[in-house]
Amino acid sequence: MPFLEIDNLEKSYGSAKILKGVTLDIEEGGFLVLVGPSGCGKSTLLNTIAGLEPITGGEIRINGQRVNDLHPSKRDIAMVFQSYALYPNMTVAQNIGFGMEIRGVPKPERDKAIAEVSQLLQIDHLLDRKPSQLSGGQRQRVAMGRALVRKPQVFLFDEPLSNLDAKLRIDMRTEIKRLHQRMGTTIVYVTHDQIEAMTLASKIAVLKDGILQQFGTPSEIYNNPSNMFVADFMGSPAMNLIPATVAMNGKGLEVVMEREAREPIKLPLASAPAGLGAFQGKKVMFGVRPEALTDPGGADRDAKAVATADCHIEVVEPAGSDTFAVTNLGGKPVVARLRADAHIQPGSNAPLAFNLSKAVFFDPATEQRIV
Amino acid sequence: MSAASQDVATRNGIFARAAIYAVLILFAVYYLLPLYVMLVNSLKPLDEIRHGNMLALPHEWTIAPWLSAWSTAQIGVSPTGLKPYFLNSVMMVVPAVAISTILGALNGYVLTKWRFRGDTVVFGMMLLACFIPFQIVLIPSARILGLLHLAGTVPGLVLIHAIYGLGFTTLFFRNYYEAFPTELVRAAQIDGASFFQIFRRILLPSSAPIIVVTVIWQFTNIWNDFLFGSSFSSVDSIPLTVALNNLVNSSTGVKEYNVHFAGAILAALPTLIVYIVSGRYFVRGLMAGAVKG
Amino acid sequence: MTQTRAEIAPILARTRRAPKEVLQDLLPKIVLAPSFALILVFVYGFIVFTGFLSFSGSKLLPDFSTWVGFDNYVRLFKHPNWIVSLKNLAIFSVLYIVICSVIGLALAIFLDQKIRGEGLLRPIYLYPMALSFIVTGVAWKWFLDPGIGLEHAMHQLGWASFSFRWIKQGDMAIYTIVIAAIWQSSGFVMAMFLAGLRGVDNEIIKAAQIDGASTVMIYRRIIIPLMRPVFLSAFVVLAHLAIKSYDLVVAMTDGGPGTATWTPALFMTKFTFGRNEMGMGAASAIIMLMMIFAIIVPYLYSELGQKK
Repeated sequence: MPFLEIDNLEKSYGSAKILKGVTLDIEEGGFLVLVGPSGCGKSTLLNTIAGLEPITGGEIRINGQRVNDLHPSKRDIAMVFQSYALYPNMTVAQNIGFGMEIRGVPKPERDKAIAEVSQLLQIDHLLDRKPSQLSGGQRQRVAMGRALVRKPQVFLFDEPLSNLDAKLRIDMRTEIKRLHQRMGTTIVYVTHDQIEAMTLASKIAVLKDGILQQFGTPSEIYNNPSNMFVADFMGSPAMNLIPATVAMNGKGLEVVMEREAREPIKLPLASAPAGLGAFQGKKVMFGVRPEALTDPGGADRDAKAVATADCHIEVVEPAGSDTFAVTNLGGKPVVARLRADAHIQPGSNAPLAFNLSKAVFFDPATEQRIV
Repeated sequence: MSAASQDVATRNGIFARAAIYAVLILFAVYYLLPLYVMLVNSLKPLDEIRHGNMLALPHEWTIAPWLSAWSTAQIGVSPTGLKPYFLNSVMMVVPAVAISTILGALNGYVLTKWRFRGDTVVFGMMLLACFIPFQIVLIPSARILGLLHLAGTVPGLVLIHAIYGLGFTTLFFRNYYEAFPTELVRAAQIDGASFFQIFRRILLPSSAPIIVVTVIWQFTNIWNDFLFGSSFSSVDSIPLTVALNNLVNSSTGVKEYNVHFAGAILAALPTLIVYIVSGRYFVRGLMAGAVKG
Repeated sequence: MTQTRAEIAPILARTRRAPKEVLQDLLPKIVLAPSFALILVFVYGFIVFTGFLSFSGSKLLPDFSTWVGFDNYVRLFKHPNWIVSLKNLAIFSVLYIVICSVIGLALAIFLDQKIRGEGLLRPIYLYPMALSFIVTGVAWKWFLDPGIGLEHAMHQLGWASFSFRWIKQGDMAIYTIVIAAIWQSSGFVMAMFLAGLRGVDNEIIKAAQIDGASTVMIYRRIIIPLMRPVFLSAFVVLAHLAIKSYDLVVAMTDGGPGTATWTPALFMTKFTFGRNEMGMGAASAIIMLMMIFAIIVPYLYSELGQKK
């Protein structure tokens, strides 16, 4: 049975609709990541779960109980804010203990809980400091401590790492994952960073303009994006979406991509999705991730369908662990991910291997996946 | 740049800077002159003012004009000096400042952290109230004070000053709390803090600067008020500014200029001291009152 | 942007809720209500009241039994004292606003030239703002008094032909009030401009210097145009102070000599309380309000509008 259920949730400010009927759920101990570009409604969704913003329609249930009208403090949740929201006039210990103080928890009990949490987060030496005397990473830990000490049913994280520098962000990401594995509490986590989403989540919800685009496990989202927005948004570098046509070639379908000043590339599709037959002679978007487009020597040997084509390489970007090469297909730049030591020169022609078992197709009119 | 032209530049620079300093010092004299005149002439016997030079230092120093201004000068019909009126002003200013500041702080808190439909209109109406010419409310205010049996009393003046100060105090606190992170309020809500707990425990501890600014602003304005004081006071509630004006502009008797100057400085002293002690906050208040946003 | 604004007030109970929680939801409005009610009554209610008075035949006391239409306004604009008041207001406000702005801007620019002693000069320029207009009036009244003030002092120093008796001359007295008012407010305008100057992005100035602009050029072409909002604020503050000017006139001349220094604010109190012409007094107050609103309302509207 799902632990946190969001049922057809709607939220508007005046005439502006921010959330347009979002339905989601997460099992107990799950890690739900809400991801999407800024303004997609993900933070609003989190705030409605917290009870900080009223909803205009739908229902939110935590552990089977409807919480629509419950005050934030009564929903048994804890929240970590983007700015950390540490009370500037209180010490670290007072910050962590404030909620308990409000609820009238006796001081010895409070101190014990604060000590426990601060040890867990390795901030026990900072308890007497004010937030202004802490570094960004330390503030982050205090903010988490304030949430942990409540032992809530659900943790809510609102872009908690976005104010940290790149290295610290990765460290804290690992730490959050470790804490989650250790405590097993349900988490809802908002981010605009798709790598954070991929690494942390047990379920990802991709939002755009207040509409849920796709909801699934990280691998479902990554490998089977349900539309062009999800395909483009998740993954870095982004999936190549190449305008192409579908044609029948004797025994099977093939995908045809135009090229500048050369004959089109034609790739035979051994295991095309069933719906593709209806697109014969029509335009489609051919989606292939950069790692599924590589030098023939580096291609996945277990892949069932690999097709090779000679491509004109325009730009080469060595990135240390890999080398990225940019070619042009269907009028758009297309990124291929090659082995680091692949010898390739910009301006030359080189064979590239398309892993067609990883390729996906979209209807350019509806932007939906063709299955 | 060649050495020669650099030379010209610096020489021009020196002239320009000398001119700038001259202008700045000239204006300093302009601003200081009236204060200087009041001060030196408040320490002269009356004869010396009539026959001597107003700009000269006293030949014969005396503090008699100060003593007279404070406790014996004829004001209206009674020779009481400014002392009782000084006390009237204190009794009027302290509660009026306290009430308007506390209400302004709560209003600012609600208008920024507990927003509701129409809050901008409410704020706009309160803000506009800062700028009305008070002549427009004189007649009905007099009626209301009469109906409340507060006409001609210090509490009546407190009420009037508190109400007409609300617009500014609300503006100050609203602008200050607008910049106060709303996430802190949300965090406190999740921690279970109530409306007043959030105000007292989260916002108020960070409000010292704006409280100082507001108190100074209100104190200065109410202390210096003349219109309400002259319209709504009776013999035993006259504030200091009105008493000073009565002292200076009474048409009977000999004009005791030295006493007038001493009285004027006495009336100016509280606000001047506030300005000298906390000039930074005073200026900030002026700015906040002038530059909305 | 209504989307991002902090709308955290929980919705009112749609389901059964404890009375205590309902109270918590209403609390913010309950807290704001008294202040708003007071403003509503004491400001807007009273404006309406005064508006009614201005159409009534009230003399010594409010009298709503006789309605005279626009009669009070007609009499007002035919009354020589009101005409003098308006003329004085025009002279006073134009000179006051222009000279305060010029002095304020000049002092601010000069002070901005890395002046030694800025910390001493600035408070000297600004302290008059802390004084009551009554105190300012007393100081200038006697300082400009020919019998004991400046003229007397010059004669004592041996300059027998020196003459400065504007405060006693009907045609010049209003200018003495301008002098005192400028003395009181120009330092404040200086502070506003100085804050504006200091707020200009340093990199813009550096870029202009690299482009070879001289200091004068930088001020004229870049900094001063960037300070348009400060000019606007200064204008609004000064204009509304000018329309309200009352205390200073009372303290310096009390409208004299004759009616030479009457202003609308003085007219209102003198007619209402001195001459028992409450209807005309109310009409003059309404005119003052309209003048101020004509300046303030568009300004506040644009200021509040921008923030959205």
